[in-house]
Amino acid sequence: MNNETVYVAIAIGIGVLSLILAFIAVQNEKLSVSVIAAGVVSLFASVLFLLMAAPDVAMTEAAIGSGLSTLIFFYVLNKIKRHNA
Amino acid sequence: MLRNLLIGLVLAGFVFIFYNLYTTYEPKTELTGIAAHYAENGALEVGAANLVTAVVVTYRGFDTLGEITILFLTASIIAFFLKLNKEDEDKIIIHRGTSELLITASQILIPMIMLFGAYVFMNGHLTPGGGFQGGAIIASAVALSIMANPNRQINHNVIIWVESISGVSFVLLGVLGIFLAGGFLDNKIIGLGEFGTLFSAGAIPIIYSFVGLKVGAEISNILNKYQKSQKES
Repeated sequence: MNNETVYVAIAIGIGVLSLILAFIAVQNEKLSVSVIAAGVVSLFASVLFLLMAAPDVAMTEAAIGSGLSTLIFFYVLNKIKRHNA
Repeated sequence: MLRNLLIGLVLAGFVFIFYNLYTTYEPKTELTGIAAHYAENGALEVGAANLVTAVVVTYRGFDTLGEITILFLTASIIAFFLKLNKEDEDKIIIHRGTSELLITASQILIPMIMLFGAYVFMNGHLTPGGGFQGGAIIASAVALSIMANPNRQINHNVIIWVESISGVSFVLLGVLGIFLAGGFLDNKIIGLGEFGTLFSAGAIPIIYSFVGLKVGAEISNILNKYQKSQKES
């Protein structure tokens, strides 16, 4: 098994996993589960970018997509919950 | 019923457009036009080992200025809509207690993440990454520190001053390029140096460091605003 086959296999696996997680993010009743699923989709996307030889894009996606935006979503969720209660 | 029909129509339209794109797509085997020019002359003209940085900071430097302005605008709009009053700024948040693991780990990790962020934007002309990536990494260190210690007071004035000075210096360096070199944001205002070393590629490391500081300060400011706007939990 050469390197390219391994890369393609990893990429397909990550793609399928992120599709499943994206579906969870849309369908799940609990908003907190949705936010975390969306964050994990970003994390998988950053691994895919790394495999496609774009380390700088991967860095941005990991830091902003899965780190900071998830945190900001949680801040906003917390604020909305307090506001409605 | 009508709604589903319309959604179906839109989806069918997308399928039609993308199917045509897919069938007529031919991968390019060699660079053409301006991409070929950048790839051939980038190292010679700009002196940056990382071609992406050469394009982002020098050839397309004006776009970078626009992106930074957009980020600044975003931070301003968030600050405007969150509307913190004096009470919010000073209040102590009563939190449920932070996990000991998070506190201990953050003490070790925060300096390392900060250092890595600084490394990424200072070596933007040599290794992948640059100002935006470095700034985002620094902001994630700030996020970790806020999570580990929700009542930490982040000095607002330091953030504002770092951001303003970096932004003004970036524009001033760009204007300096008009007088000393070929045009706005030209990096040849100081010598290009030896290709591939830390002090090379003219003004790119300086400009990217300012970009990194500005992005880091802006995102930290946004996070700090959100943290301050939380009611006690």
